[in-house]
Formats: sequence, structure tokens, C-alpha cells
Amino acid sequence: MSLEVKDERVRAVPLLGRLLSRPELGAIAGTVLIFVFFGITAGDSGLFSAKGIVNFLEVSAQLGILAAAVALLMIAGEFDLSIGSMIGFAGIIIAIPPIMWDWPVWASVLMAFASCAFVGYLNGLIVVHTGLPSFIVTLGSLFMLRGLTLGVTRGITGRTQASGLHEYSTGDWITPFFAGQVFRAPIGWLAELGVIGKRADGLPAISGIPVSIVWWIGLTLFFTWLLMRTRFGNWIFASGGEANAARNMGVPVARTKITLFIMTALAAALFATVQVLVTGSADTLRGNLKEFEAIIAVVIGGTLLTGGYGSAIGAMFGALIFGVVQMGIFYTGIDTDWFKLFMGAMMVVAVLFNSYVRARAMRSR
Amino acid sequence: MDTPLVELKSVSKYFGSVIALKDVSFDVRPGEVHCLLGDNGAGKSTLIKVLSGVHSPDEGEILVGGAHTRFNSPKDTLDKGIATVYQDLALVPLMSVARNFFLGREPLKKTWGLRQFDVDYANRTAYQQLSDMGIQLRNPEQPVGTLSGGERQCLAIARAIHFGAKVLILDEPTSALGVHQASVVLKLIVQSKARGIGVIFISHNVHHAYVVGDRFTLLKRGRSAGTYQKNEISRDQLLNLMAGGKELVDLEQEIIKLNNGKR
Ligand SMILES: Nc1ncnc2c1ncn2[C@@H]1O[C@H](COP(=O)(O)OP(=O)(O)O)[C@@H](O)[C@H]1O
Ligand SMILES: [Mg+2]
Repeated sequence: MSLEVKDERVRAVPLLGRLLSRPELGAIAGTVLIFVFFGITAGDSGLFSAKGIVNFLEVSAQLGILAAAVALLMIAGEFDLSIGSMIGFAGIIIAIPPIMWDWPVWASVLMAFASCAFVGYLNGLIVVHTGLPSFIVTLGSLFMLRGLTLGVTRGITGRTQASGLHEYSTGDWITPFFAGQVFRAPIGWLAELGVIGKRADGLPAISGIPVSIVWWIGLTLFFTWLLMRTRFGNWIFASGGEANAARNMGVPVARTKITLFIMTALAAALFATVQVLVTGSADTLRGNLKEFEAIIAVVIGGTLLTGGYGSAIGAMFGALIFGVVQMGIFYTGIDTDWFKLFMGAMMVVAVLFNSYVRARAMRSR
Repeated sequence: MDTPLVELKSVSKYFGSVIALKDVSFDVRPGEVHCLLGDNGAGKSTLIKVLSGVHSPDEGEILVGGAHTRFNSPKDTLDKGIATVYQDLALVPLMSVARNFFLGREPLKKTWGLRQFDVDYANRTAYQQLSDMGIQLRNPEQPVGTLSGGERQCLAIARAIHFGAKVLILDEPTSALGVHQASVVLKLIVQSKARGIGVIFISHNVHHAYVVGDRFTLLKRGRSAGTYQKNEISRDQLLNLMAGGKELVDLEQEIIKLNNGKR
């Protein structure tokens, strides 16, 4: 990007115009607006205290892990509606073997990742080889996975939930990687300095940063690198932008798409692992509607529904908006019923904005 | 005379009962523009598809550099140095010029042990290659969708040349373009020829073909109606052949008769 090309026909494009051709601009602007809005309406409610910030970041992080992978898949021109039930499916695979058969937790987590990767592979394989819209294929998996999870869980345990996993997971070496906290020392130090408030019992309001936030930011950076700076990234854009042209140029479109279906499935497994190890329980109904929340975050982040254009950073801001609005509504005491109305409207506005930005990008000559 | 870069000998191709090509011979030599002319349905696209490895011929032989060959796939043909610039151009409009230029053949560099897409090199090279061929880009990162039809055609041709094409097959590259845009593409064809590339130029437009062509082959209803050197045939003769000269002459006669009858 550092290339300097001088040409008398290069018009100095105003900064705003240049920014407008980046997919994530809308989401960044939206984030600023949301922060200003809740800064005014919920400024002293505790939303922006250390505890409040960690709360909304945790919500954003979990959705953001999904959204990062979904963004890449959508840029490649496909949808994955199965990730919602994949979360319930993976959660049950993680929780039941330790509780029922004394498996070590690390083994059941590994099993969950492997199973999800396999389902993702099947999703991709079916989409690529039948040529059916992924919307339909993964809608099928959405129902099948939920049904399978319910049936098997009830068959094994007689119930649809599994709880008490903490007993098994607390000592497992794998737990800190998904349910732990990081930066405990610097947080403690900030609390000493009085930057972070203290609770009534004198302990700091937060004892560290949930590790899921690190996963979220790490995955977003990794996927951004993948998109912008690897051969695979070029193939993702091309597969979604014009699959035929890509094929003619020797891009392995099928392999690219299948890989991305595996990635969204793995993101669902990661989401489930964090959730199950943090709460110590699994529920067959977990993850309901997450597939659509992830799509909303991705679309707010500037990715086109039609593929070929978008960014992982944008999806990160989409997820951040999601978390701030959800927790902000809670903190301001507005009835949380309004949350869905707000997010739905936000997405429609984002889609309108995106198509405007794209139209603009395409006539930038 | 040089050995042809690629040569078809008495090739026939059938689609069920349809005779798409019958006994057609065709070749192209280094530094030559060989134009393929013919009416709709004459079999031009079929001939091109045989040459680019999409179809294998039912009868006849293919020679590359004088040696008998089979094309196993379009990719195989490309590896043998024969590049077809498709009518749909194989470009992705939402992606940048540089990313399109290197699509499927992205340059890599190693940073901290990681193999990365060398974006700077891609931008620099795409810009340089295009400007060497007389196409001034404003910015190699602009989306291909913002280019004009002629510029896109040139990008696709420049890309094929950069990746070592010895034979360029251009299927109606100027048919959708305005006068100025078409002349940009024709100029690029002449430049390719000067680099020693053999160009196969399919066109409806005799004016475009006659400007750049060295030899002309006419296809009629799946058969070859002759191959002519430029010095053997004038533009008007070619036009007559193309337009089905006899049919036009007959039509003229009838109109004259009609007019005489009225008087
Ligand atoms: N895949 C195919 N299957 C059946 N018939 C075909 C096929 N491709 C071409 N043809 C027939 O072969 C003839 C030559 O077509 P084509 O090579 O496309 O002509 P041109 O490109 O000169 O207009 C036409 O009659 C066409 O209908
Ligand atoms: Mg044709």
C-alpha cells in the first residue's frame, strides 16, 4: 500500500472519499455514534466502568469470534446458517463425556473441534459439489444438527442439559486457554493506582481480562492478515467476486470455499468451548439465532451479502456495536425487548450504506 | 518460414449430428497476426475451443512447435504457452487491478518465515507492465470495475503476455468497444506481434482485422473457405467474401430489376 505512483490523471482524492472506499468505515462510524449515544444516556450507569467495559467486551468477543470467520465465508460468497446449532452440538460433546464417562476435558474439547470441522467439511463439500445455494444446504444442517443434538443428549442423559462441568474442568490444563483471565497483574496495578474502581469488599472491580477477548482480537488480526496479505486471501475475494473468472485463472474455488466452511465450524466450536468452560454447563439449545447475529455483525462491518467485498476488521466493529448496544440497553434500564428492533434496524441501515459505498467505489474513476 | 507455434491439421468436430468443424487446417507463426473470420455459427468459437484445450477434436491433429500434442485441459494448454483471453475476460470487477493481474499466480515473499502475498511487488509490476504496453493506470489498487471495456481487455492481454504466452487467442476483443477503445486494443495486438507472439484474432469486423492482420482465414458453415496473405487480398474483396459476396450481388440485381419494373 506504500506504493507511490505519480500520474497526471491521479486526482487528489479527498480523505473522506478514500475512507469511503474501505468496507469497515461504516462500522467504525457506527461504533463512534453508539459510544457517544450511550456516553450521554448511560454515562453514569456503570456501562463505562471497568466492570461494564469487560461485560460488553465479553459479549462482543463471543459474537466476534463467530463473525470473524463468517466474514471470510461471506466474502467468498457463501453463508453458514448451521453455526447456531453447531454451538449447541459442540457444547454437548464437550460436557457429556467428562460427566458421564470420566473423559478428561481436554479430550472432549478436542473431540468437539474435530466433530465440528467434519460437519463444516460436509457442509462445504455438499455446497461445492451440488451447486445448491449454501443458504439452503446449511439451513438443512441447522435443523439436522439441532435435532441430532437433542435426540442424542436426551438418549444418553434423559435430559437436554448437562451441568456441573466445573468439577471436571477446573483442574484441566486446557481450561485457562478458554475460560481464564489474562493481564491480572497489570489490572491489579491499575486498581492500586485507582484507575480501576474497587468493590465494596476492597477487591478490584475486575481481576483480569477474559481470555475470550484475546481470542477475538487475535482471530480478527489473523483473518485480516489472511485476507490482505496471503494468496489464500486473494482466492477468497475472487471466489466471491466472480467464481467463474477465478476458476479460469486456476484458483481452486472449491477448496477455498470448503476450507472456509471448516473455519466457520471451528469458530462455532471455539465459541462453545468458551461458553461451556466459563459457565460449567451445556444446553442443547445454546447458540440459537447466533448464525443470524453473526451475519448482522458482518454486514454492519461492511461485507457485501453478495460476496467479493468486505473485511474482518469491519466484522470486529460490528460485533463491538452488538455488545455495546446489548449491554447499554441493559445498563440504561431501557426494556431489553427493544434490543432486537434496534439491531435489525441497524443492519438495514448498514446494508443501504454498504451498497452506497460499493456504488461509489465502482465509479471512483 | 518459421515452424508454426501451433497448428491444426484437418480438424473436425461434431456435436451429435451438427458438423461444427470439417477438415479445417489453421496455424499461427511467431510474430504473426492470423485473423479468423466468419459469420455467426461458422464455427469460430469451436475452433478456438479446440485450440485452447476446451474441446478435443474428433478427427485431425494438433501440433505445438511442430510436435504432435494433445491438450488435456485448458490449464495444460496454458502451460504450453497458449493463452486464451476469454470473452468474459476472467477478471473480478470488485478486486484491484494488481490483484487481478496476479490472480491464481500471486507473487510470494518470505517475512519472518511466513509466505506472504507480496502486495507491493504486485502493484509495482502490474503498473509497470501495463504502462510498458501503453496503458496508463491511475492507481494499481483501483477496482477493475472502474476500468473501461478497452482497458479491461488490455489488462487481460497484458496479463497473458506477462505470464509467458507464446500464442494469444483473442475472441472478439474489439466487438463491444467504441472506436477509440478498439484502437487501444488493436495497438496492443500490434505490440504483441512485435514481441514475437503469435496472435489469433477472431473478429466480425473486417476493418479491425485488416488493419492488424497478416493472414486471414475464412470459415463458412464449419469449413475453411480459404486462407489469404494480406498481399493476396484487398479489404474490399475480404469484405465481399465475409458478407457473402454472391448473396449481396444477387440482392443488388434484384433491386435493380424491381426498380426497372417500376419505371
Ligand atoms: N457445445 C455444443 N453443442 C452442440 N452444438 C454446438 C456446440 N457448440 C457449438 N455448436 C454448434 O456448432 C456450430 C458452430 O458454432 P460456433 O463455433 O459457436 O460458431 P461461431 O463462434 O462462429 O459463431 C453452431 O451451429 C453451433 O450451434
Ligand atoms: Mg462465437
